[in-house]
Amino acid sequence: MSDDVLRIRTPIGIKYQYSAGPRVSSHLHGLMDGRFVGKRCPTCHLVYMPPRNGTCAKCGCLLGEDVEVGQRGTITTFCIVNVPFLGQTIKIPYVAATILLDGADMGMSHLIQEVEAADVRMGMRVEPVWRPRDEWQPSMENVLYFRPTGEPDAAFESYAGQL
Amino acid sequence: MRDVAIIASAQAINAATTTATPVEMLIPVVNQVLENAGIARADIGFWCHGSCDYMTGQPFSFVSAVDALGAWPPIIESHVEADGAFALYEAWIKIQTGEVDTALVFGNGRSSSGDINRILTLQLDPYVVGPLWPDDRSIAALQARACLESGVVTERAMAEVAMRNHHNAISNPYALRRGDHTIDELMAAARVADPLRELDCPAHADGVTAVIIAAGDRARSLAKRPAWIRGIDHRIESQNLGNRSMTTLPSAAAAAHKAGVGSDKIDVAELHAPYTHQELLLTSALGLGESTSINPSGGALCANPMMSAGLARFAEAAARIMNGSADRTLGHASSGPWMQQNLVCVLEGE
Repeated sequence: MSDDVLRIRTPIGIKYQYSAGPRVSSHLHGLMDGRFVGKRCPTCHLVYMPPRNGTCAKCGCLLGEDVEVGQRGTITTFCIVNVPFLGQTIKIPYVAATILLDGADMGMSHLIQEVEAADVRMGMRVEPVWRPRDEWQPSMENVLYFRPTGEPDAAFESYAGQL
Repeated sequence: MRDVAIIASAQAINAATTTATPVEMLIPVVNQVLENAGIARADIGFWCHGSCDYMTGQPFSFVSAVDALGAWPPIIESHVEADGAFALYEAWIKIQTGEVDTALVFGNGRSSSGDINRILTLQLDPYVVGPLWPDDRSIAALQARACLESGVVTERAMAEVAMRNHHNAISNPYALRRGDHTIDELMAAARVADPLRELDCPAHADGVTAVIIAAGDRARSLAKRPAWIRGIDHRIESQNLGNRSMTTLPSAAAAAHKAGVGSDKIDVAELHAPYTHQELLLTSALGLGESTSINPSGGALCANPMMSAGLARFAEAAARIMNGSADRTLGHASSGPWMQQNLVCVLEGE
């Protein structure tokens, strides 16, 4: 039985060319300028930031005009990551949060730093910390993380609809 | 059994490449099929989608397709990791349960996201054949060679299939490849995967097809002449190529028998045979004769949008009934190496 082949290695490699699509492109161009550019749904008028895949999931239609939203936002919900995993680059515990940027109607996920995990809370006001400008790419990774602004917390009613 | 009919369809113009995201490609076609049927989103009882994550390179990418549907208030929705034609089969069963009376079925694929001939290698057995990395054309060429050597097809017959389909595609606005060629010209062309020539191989495309089906009087109220599904059957052969016949298609023959193909004359057959020799094998397996017009659309040879080419065949076969130019048609979808899976549907006018 010691001659049984229990395992074989068969490496797989496929190259893909990802297309952001015309609608997400304006968002990515915005990130190259340090701006958060979302899009408005022409039907329900909600502002998507980021503009997902160029569509409004609620209405099933293509998103319309560009809308630049604010740099600051509010933590609507968050989780504290305590579990180590392969490839982890951030020291645990850390916080991953859903942030509702001012002027947007959809939250986006990002990292929260410069604050103890235990002090992060719903309603906390945060702002982005951008990488040095010469490292910018058409990517949300231009923002290293968000950190607290020190402003008073947003009222629960202001983001209750996001939960 | 409930009577169920195809009552509307819509297709995107097949393209060699696109910059739109898969969801951006879907939306205009979903809107178009709803408009063609004259039905509101809220009146669709069931939504069923066919696509393949290996084509996008993103796990669970099919979930984003729901963004194209306007799933608010919530909808009843399902997905198959296969051509949209197989989603139609699921939707047909859903209607048979009596839970719903209407279904919108769609299939989409962006073949240009990666090297589709290589992506298709991943459907092979992953232990013995897959690691050799034969691409789709090479696998098809092995079958074509076996068919030529055994005499079940000839190079001239393959060229005739290519000639007819490319000619037919001239009048199909959705086709990707079309044109008039002579047999001599086709047979003189260079081989790309011996014995296959470029025009023996499918024109892989980025595409979308959507179809609406409905039951009984609902179908009659939505369409002047619905294309009634009189028989539909799906058969599968072994995944192990060594267990397969290279020169016959027993699963296609079995599906055709179960779907009742032979019980009357078929006016038009739309076959999802990606390669020319496969169309010859399939025509024989389905028992189709001279009186049947094969692939008036140009078939998958002239536009093979992976994951929607089969549903497009159903749409084309239904369109012939709906426009009154045919009384009994056949829609066919296939999947897998050497047409491992075959789905056959017989459509009739009333």
